[in-house]
Amino acid sequence: MSDEIDEQVAEELAAADAVRPDAFDYAIRIRGLVNQFGDAVIHDGLDLDVRSGEILGVVGGSGTGKSVLMRSIIGLQAPAAGEIEVYGKTLDAIANEEESRDLRRRWGVMFQGGALFSTLSVAENIQVPLREYYPRTDQKLLDEIAAYKVAMVGLPPDAGPKYPAELSGGMVKRAGLARSLALDPALLFLDEPTAGLDPIGAAKFDELIRELADTMGLTVFLITHDLDSLYATCDRVAVLAEKKVIAVGTITELLATEHPWIQDYFNGPRGRAAAGCNIAAERHDRKS
Amino acid sequence: MVAKADFEQSEGADGADIRFTGRLTLARLGDLPARLDALGPIASLDLSALERIDTVGAWIVTRTVKEHGAKVTGASPAAQRLLDALASDKSEYRVHRDRRPALIRMLEQVGIASRSVWHELIGIIGFFGAMIMALGTQLRARRRLRWNAIVTRFQTVGVDALPIIGLMTFLIGIVVAQQGAVQLRQFGLEVFTINLVGRASIRELGLLMTAIMVAGRSGSAFAAQIGTMKLTEEIDAMRTIGVSPMEAIVLPRVAAATILMPLLGFYASICAIIGGGVFCWIGLDIAPLTYIQLLRDIIPMTDFWAMLIKAPVFGILIGVTGCYEGMQVRQNAEEVGQRTTSAVVAAIFLVIVLDAMFAVFFSSIGWN
Ligand SMILES: Nc1ncnc2c1ncn2[C@@H]1O[C@H](COP(=O)(O)OP(=O)(O)O)[C@@H](O)[C@H]1O
Ligand SMILES: [Mg+2]
Repeated sequence: MSDEIDEQVAEELAAADAVRPDAFDYAIRIRGLVNQFGDAVIHDGLDLDVRSGEILGVVGGSGTGKSVLMRSIIGLQAPAAGEIEVYGKTLDAIANEEESRDLRRRWGVMFQGGALFSTLSVAENIQVPLREYYPRTDQKLLDEIAAYKVAMVGLPPDAGPKYPAELSGGMVKRAGLARSLALDPALLFLDEPTAGLDPIGAAKFDELIRELADTMGLTVFLITHDLDSLYATCDRVAVLAEKKVIAVGTITELLATEHPWIQDYFNGPRGRAAAGCNIAAERHDRKS
Repeated sequence: MVAKADFEQSEGADGADIRFTGRLTLARLGDLPARLDALGPIASLDLSALERIDTVGAWIVTRTVKEHGAKVTGASPAAQRLLDALASDKSEYRVHRDRRPALIRMLEQVGIASRSVWHELIGIIGFFGAMIMALGTQLRARRRLRWNAIVTRFQTVGVDALPIIGLMTFLIGIVVAQQGAVQLRQFGLEVFTINLVGRASIRELGLLMTAIMVAGRSGSAFAAQIGTMKLTEEIDAMRTIGVSPMEAIVLPRVAAATILMPLLGFYASICAIIGGGVFCWIGLDIAPLTYIQLLRDIIPMTDFWAMLIKAPVFGILIGVTGCYEGMQVRQNAEEVGQRTTSAVVAAIFLVIVLDAMFAVFFSSIGWN
């Protein structure tokens, strides 16, 4: 191995050491976040902590700013005020592409619509982050990585060479998940991963997320509308309403609060159905 | 600093015993896979000294186990979970499409390309037919033409194009006059420059340049707009609501191009003549008034009719080609680009071919 390559490797290792996910109790800390578009204030003094290693569900009515919250955490949306820290890095560093490169490889993001690159096959989509951060990885290993990631998210064996336009809705979601897992991130952002899936598909997806999180020790920021998802996968749930996070806790804890929206949400007909038929309550107990 | 992934090796009876150290993760992998591959038989893999392992590390372990039949020892619970998740057989998971030999693929490409030229032509003609049918249906059902949509296009296809078309043909007028004058001066016939500029502008140049410009500006825009609408399923949504995309999207665009081409072509011809006139005035000392008077004698009315007959045909051609190519988009953003390119290329090519045919036709009916 030549000296030049040695040096590059050393540099890379130094960068990889800059962020050490396991050294933090909280993966994400948000204080006093304010987001607005023109006159419309979306978040006003929002606080939220995401613990390392937990699956945090984020719920709230349509248009309460769940996606906007996620976008501000990952630096796609500049907030009007407030502090955000991801693994000890502050917002300015997050929003800066160069400075946050080592942070960016610690997280995977799955967008609401999948956001797969339409001109690349599923396997190539998965390889995009790998090539970006580890350009010297050989093609054979890249192909093997793509193949086992495809397998891990439960896509069929022939999905790798397919293009996004050839996939069903559920497969697009799984492919999006596979791409977000490409770099073995410590932190995973999922924006409504089960929206638009049939109940069976959604349940399988929930299981998959829980399983992956357990296997890989992930911290997951899971935006969802799906009560079944909440019961099945989340360790804690944050409720977004009135431009703030009005409550965070296990579902049992949330049920004990008086807030009318929370009561409506969990005790409405759908909430009761999800709670009633749920096997995941024990999972909860196991976790907490 | 944490060292990159590495291993210690000791020779046993059945092969090497490998003991991994450091972090077996993608970030620290370095050339470890290659070094591992280079080894002979491997009897066991010891993971107990690993600080951390990720799925890539686990994959390397799994792969080695499969190749050498090696045993894994000392896996932490977390590592074991990863290994279990990757344990099932992945050999049937494919990454690439089947590749054929290069020669076969090259021949295939040539075949596909030649066939697609033909298909494209048939497709455009078929699309034109479908559009006429849609127009027929619309008129028979006594639904009014969508004048609002057409007039909106007037702005983008016509008015917005005036400056660039004017400037371009003005300059071309100057160039033609200048080049013509240089040649004709050798015979002392400089005054015939006016014939050259006048007739060429009205009959060919003005309209041809306009057609190229409109194909580049608007034909491409039609293809890109419609292609994007196909991608976002807007066209499908329209169909399901019961709005015919032919009626709502295609016809207004083609109609706008058809109506505007004669106007733009005439305008372009005039600009070219003005350009030629400016050169004649400055370069050849022919006063503007004389220039205009001579033009009136020189340019036969048939030149003007020839232009007016060709113009709408070119307009239809450009509009139909643009819309047709847009409608062919099926899959992805890349295709929008390709289709937009072919819309422009096909439109310009067909315009020039048709123009040549018109030229032969007009001269054979005596419009010289
Ligand atoms: N780029 C934008 N410009 C203006 N308003 C926006 C923008 N993005 C989101 N919004 C507004 O912010 C609010 C929250 O949006 P979003 O976070 O997408 O909601 P949800 O909670 O359903 O994900 C909505 O009212 C939306 O209209
Ligand atoms: Mg959203």
